[in-house]
Amino acid sequence: MSLLEAEGITRVYGPGCERCRERTGDDAGTNQCPACGSVVACADVELSLAPGEVLGVVGESGSGKSSLASVLALAADGTEGVVDGELRYAGYDGYDGNLLAADYQTRHALRTAHIALVHQHIRDGLDMGFSGGGNVAETLLRAGWRSYEDVRERVRSLFEATEVPVARMDDPVATYSGGMQRRVQLARALATDPGVLVLDEPTTGLDASVQARVLDTVRRLQRERELSAVVVSHDLGVVRLLADRTLVMRHGRVIESGLTDRILEDPHHEYTQTLINSIV
Amino acid sequence: MTEPGRGEPESPTGHRPEAEDTDDGDRTDGPAPASVDAAMEAFGEGGLAGYSYAYLDEHTKREVRRTMLSAVAIPGHQVPYASRPMPLARGWGTGGIQASLSLLGPEDVFKVIDQGSDESVNAANIRRLAADTADVDTTTDTTEADVIQTRHRIPEEVLTDEQVLVLQVPITDPLRTVDPSDAANRRRHAHANYGKMWLRLYESVAQHGEIDIGARYPVMVAGRYLMDPSPIPRWDVPKLDDADALFLFAAGREARIYAVPPHTAVEPLAFEDRGFTVERFDDRPCDVCGSTDTYRTEVDTGDGEVRLVCNDVSFCRKRQQRPGLPTDHHLDDPADAGEGGESA
Repeated sequence: MSLLEAEGITRVYGPGCERCRERTGDDAGTNQCPACGSVVACADVELSLAPGEVLGVVGESGSGKSSLASVLALAADGTEGVVDGELRYAGYDGYDGNLLAADYQTRHALRTAHIALVHQHIRDGLDMGFSGGGNVAETLLRAGWRSYEDVRERVRSLFEATEVPVARMDDPVATYSGGMQRRVQLARALATDPGVLVLDEPTTGLDASVQARVLDTVRRLQRERELSAVVVSHDLGVVRLLADRTLVMRHGRVIESGLTDRILEDPHHEYTQTLINSIV
Repeated sequence: MTEPGRGEPESPTGHRPEAEDTDDGDRTDGPAPASVDAAMEAFGEGGLAGYSYAYLDEHTKREVRRTMLSAVAIPGHQVPYASRPMPLARGWGTGGIQASLSLLGPEDVFKVIDQGSDESVNAANIRRLAADTADVDTTTDTTEADVIQTRHRIPEEVLTDEQVLVLQVPITDPLRTVDPSDAANRRRHAHANYGKMWLRLYESVAQHGEIDIGARYPVMVAGRYLMDPSPIPRWDVPKLDDADALFLFAAGREARIYAVPPHTAVEPLAFEDRGFTVERFDDRPCDVCGSTDTYRTEVDTGDGEVRLVCNDVSFCRKRQQRPGLPTDHHLDDPADAGEGGESA
């Protein structure tokens, strides 16, 4: 039984026309419809995520990874453009229909406690006006925690788990280093023990050694807490370290999918082969 | 009397038709009144003739009343209304005046306070506008009033189920202190997502050891909407909870009205282990009446002395006559009073 199931996820920015889908995609070599100019960010994406599994999504810039991620994570901007398809989540008793058709309150409830997103851009995920601890506390407070000491204790333990210095928890998050901000975002996403974690480019903008440490943390937490996660990255190295299975995207379509090891050892699609050969 | 009466209020501006000239420079040559007093005199008795009853036209009053009904139906929710231009600047109680004037009838008794004082210039002028245009009796006694318009205070004497309190509101949305975007804040109200305001409380406890909000303390109304109770001191916040009277909050500049109907739960936002507290006066009584259970403010007398006196002047006067007079002295059965009666 899979925890998260998606079928036919399609997202189109622009007016859209009948021929959008057939004239875009990998065969057409573009994601922009030549007839009406709409951008088909992703189309007909099918995926399923088992409990405790990590699913990787790789592809070059503009292949629709982040668009897909924000749809999967029910992000506030996940409804921009025309979103179509079916998304089901098995971990929430209150609603078992298509999440993409759910009302905003259901989406909000799910976002608060069930499906957490670590944003690609730190500023989308953190409020720079507040302290690092406060940013993590916000998730808890939103979920209804009302005891100050309990919140403090939980934030402290999350800081320890994500290896952010606890002594700095009351400093403004704007004064943190890039790697620390990533970790705070991770702590914030993990605060309410979500069923699914969506990581959008968890290591962009970090230097190699910090990248490695952040990835180590994610890997350890995933093992310890048996997290189910979708990891979106342009970096095959990240996906190789974290993901059990991988989807390869290009021009808004999934062109190849399978076990990560299989994809790395025996890529079938021409583009995947290029991608693997280009690892430095 | 319609036409002459209508023409007269324009005369002090020098815009009389006979004085009209295309050349701007000649405008001052018209027959201008010699002084403000003379101008007021020129209005005479007919100065207000031609105005609608209670200054506002009937459509406006009806719209404001309809908005109030919506506000009462959804406690704590900010309901938009048209908010007409008023004869004073927005931010000076224009919302409160529109609400009061829409409510008042000739039988009503009206009281206006500004930070607990009936005597402030603005309060006196608003009271006079209502007396002149709506033909109401005015009072400074809280217990005698039917409608009380107030800025920044709730009177000390317990309000009854026959009374309406109209509060002037400068800023309607409590969330604006954490996010300046009204669009985002409206979304938060729709989702009942008040995490940001809780975060604000969390941060203030983390930095200062306690919640550092003075006035405008955010409250949850009926367990649903976060509401700005207008800049009343924390001392007055418990009076909103399960009260007998109707509280109307009207903002002129922001064109919003919201309400706390009688017997509605109003809960100040606070942590279980970092509670809501009212102002502390270190048991120093009012220097004038000796009260220890009223909201007191420091007054600098100018000769180096700082006195602590009751902020609610009308009740302080009563206490001077009858020391120890309870705040619910006017109720038949004081035990019947709502939570507001036990604010001390």
